[in-house]
Amino acid sequence: MTYSRLAGLALATALAATPLAAQDTQEKVLRMVPNASLRLLDPLTTTAYITRNHGYMVYDTLFGYDEDYRPQPQMVQDWTVSDDGLSYHFTLRDGLVFHDGAPVTAADAVASVRRWMDRDLTGGKIAEVLDRIEAEDDKSFAITLKQPFGPLIDSLAKPSSVVPFVMPRRIIEEAGEGNIDEVVGSGPYRFVAEEFRPGVSAVYEKHEGYVPRDEPPSYFAGGKRVLVDRVEWLTFPDDQTTANALAKGEIDLIETISSDTLGMLEGAPGVKYDLRASANVPTLRINWLQEPFDDPRMRQAVAAMISQDEFMAATVGDPDTYEVCGSLYGCASPLATDVNALGTQPPDVEKAKALMEEAGYDGEKVVILDASDVLSFRGLAPITAQYLRQAGMNVEVQSMDFSTFLSQRSKQVPVSEGGWSIAFGVWSAPDLMSPLANLNLDTRGTEGYAGWGSDEELARLKDEFATATTPEAQKDLAAQIQARANELVFYVPLGTYRTYTAYRDNVTSPLPSPVPVFWGIDKN
Amino acid sequence: MIRLILMRLAAVLPVMLVVATFVFLLLRLSPGDPALVIAGEQASAEQIAQIRRDLGLDRTLPAQYLAWLSHMVQGDFGVSALSGQPVLALIADRVEPTLVLALVTIIVTVVVAVPLGAVAAWHHGGWRDRIVMTLAVIGFSVPSFVIGYTLILVFALRADLLPVQGYVSPFDDPLASLHHLVLPAATLSIVFMALISRVTRASTLEILGEDFIRTARAKGGPEKRILWRHALPNAAVPVVTVIGLGIASLISGVVVTESVFNIPGLGRLTMDAILGRDYSVVQGLILVFSLTYVLINLAIDIVYLIVDPRIRY
Repeated sequence: MTYSRLAGLALATALAATPLAAQDTQEKVLRMVPNASLRLLDPLTTTAYITRNHGYMVYDTLFGYDEDYRPQPQMVQDWTVSDDGLSYHFTLRDGLVFHDGAPVTAADAVASVRRWMDRDLTGGKIAEVLDRIEAEDDKSFAITLKQPFGPLIDSLAKPSSVVPFVMPRRIIEEAGEGNIDEVVGSGPYRFVAEEFRPGVSAVYEKHEGYVPRDEPPSYFAGGKRVLVDRVEWLTFPDDQTTANALAKGEIDLIETISSDTLGMLEGAPGVKYDLRASANVPTLRINWLQEPFDDPRMRQAVAAMISQDEFMAATVGDPDTYEVCGSLYGCASPLATDVNALGTQPPDVEKAKALMEEAGYDGEKVVILDASDVLSFRGLAPITAQYLRQAGMNVEVQSMDFSTFLSQRSKQVPVSEGGWSIAFGVWSAPDLMSPLANLNLDTRGTEGYAGWGSDEELARLKDEFATATTPEAQKDLAAQIQARANELVFYVPLGTYRTYTAYRDNVTSPLPSPVPVFWGIDKN
Repeated sequence: MIRLILMRLAAVLPVMLVVATFVFLLLRLSPGDPALVIAGEQASAEQIAQIRRDLGLDRTLPAQYLAWLSHMVQGDFGVSALSGQPVLALIADRVEPTLVLALVTIIVTVVVAVPLGAVAAWHHGGWRDRIVMTLAVIGFSVPSFVIGYTLILVFALRADLLPVQGYVSPFDDPLASLHHLVLPAATLSIVFMALISRVTRASTLEILGEDFIRTARAKGGPEKRILWRHALPNAAVPVVTVIGLGIASLISGVVVTESVFNIPGLGRLTMDAILGRDYSVVQGLILVFSLTYVLINLAIDIVYLIVDPRIRY
């Protein structure tokens, strides 16, 4: 062999072994830190947002909301509704396939919708008026109602907790009343079960068989095009460490970062950040069952002392990230209204005192529950306590961890026996956007959501809303519902704020969406 | 010695039973409910009730205790309420990072702190003693998270020599594993070095005042030999005790360091399980920790026999 041949062989070998050659086949791995640790995998058995986010990775939905909060067909190709609003026919689009290779059939969709109706508040309302739901052939199914249910399609596009995700019928049948153990969806990513480490990491790989829609992506609608091969969700227990890891390039993206934490990353080379589309709404709930708040005038006195602006300035701080919103449904909701708004005015001590006197308040203890280990709850209890003391209430703040908070809040007993008067929640705005899905407007009393409000008039208005078939009628009823709910003070929104997402500059900006989504995001 | 081992091992069962019962009652009687954590903040009363039924939490306390105990007897630690995974699998997944970190930490600590303590004692009152004791006071006084963040700032962010966080198994990539372990092991070592060097110094000082040391000196033995051969082995008993307890606490309680360096070890698992009221995981972990303490105490007793033949049980 001549020298030149040897050199040529060596060059060829070297080229074959260069990193450049390897890069062509290198996986694109997006390493990101979600806002919580994923443990539960069945999105229909918990309202935890992290499990919902996991659901959007692996499952697809029949309909999805676009950025105007209008439902658009997603797995559905086309659909029709009869003139009387009782019969719906749906046809699934071509090419839908589960991660195990089985085609998605109408029977899977029917089983999934049935399971969702059993587990969701809005789904339960639909079940009350459901005549039948059945597959007509492999690709078509029908829903027949006993009476019209106006927001049926909106409900099937429901974007927040307990989403009507489509799952294989065989898995639903195997699970029965229990949890789903096998994670098989038809969504844009496949869950890698063998790499799942609860509390540490979850791994998703691109679903090669996924056929995105042709339309451009818009929130949960349009083409869900996956541009990376693998997404790793890594749980970090410490904000400072998370920020350091992003600054050092050890991770690619932090899903949620507060303006406070963002300060740690200011000036870090290679780090970008955007304000998220998702809005959070902290809310104040009052216990209707016990003194002194079994009297609506006392609840009105609390509402009179709430100023969203004051709460947001104290707990969020950055005025670019919060707003005052008088709508119980959030200001982005198509149903937004400012009728009889609460919390949009400065604290009114005189009004509160007058209401307390009218109600005969006699210094009964007001217990405020404070989940002091939850960042998004921080400050809510002490601020509320301060304002209520100004009005003359005898307030005690009880601080505890979140698990104890949940336990305490479920107690219906009087304050003297370990009960509570005021507690808080923090909601993703889509959870509030409909009177049917908004749990804070639950009217089932002691059988319902903590706070246990009940009112026949409000329940009647919600039933009317469910049967309203035009957007105008729905909006009108939503305004009536808000007026009534705020008169009785079902809950008080404490403002609306947004957080940031931060990422490396070799990652494209995440698509805007109320829920973090990982389609349309690329890494170079 | 075999009799000692057998007796100690026989004592493990009643200890574990008492610990298990205590932990079971403590968890059940403390406020919190895993069903509420699982269901999430927005769950309805029906959803919560269903989860409580699924977890068996609607049964009476004695019924729950008996069911749990009967499973434990069969080696079944149960299933995590929060993740649905077997408790033993969860613990097994987190053991390796904790053990590796503990091992590296304790090796570094002993190799550095014992000689430092001995040297400080030998030069009692001199500048070497003052330097060692000053460092020990600093190591004691500064919280581990401050040490951790400072090391990250200097060596990971500024000097760009080491990673900020994470854990790599030595079985997958020994070099990368070492790379990731340097900062967390250094953080923990600083704290334990302070403790062990002080104990070594105090113990050695006491021995250096003994008659047999004076005799060794009177016989004209070399100073180094007197320190390392005569004084230090005789000062070993309290040092061994502290090292043993140090290993036990490294295995069961380094939550802060694991959080600062994002190491998925037993400390983080314990904290997550407690905050989530994941009863079966907390119970499983406490039993594992109890067993660890019992075995380490046994190991300490055996080491006593080796380093000090005068000891008899």
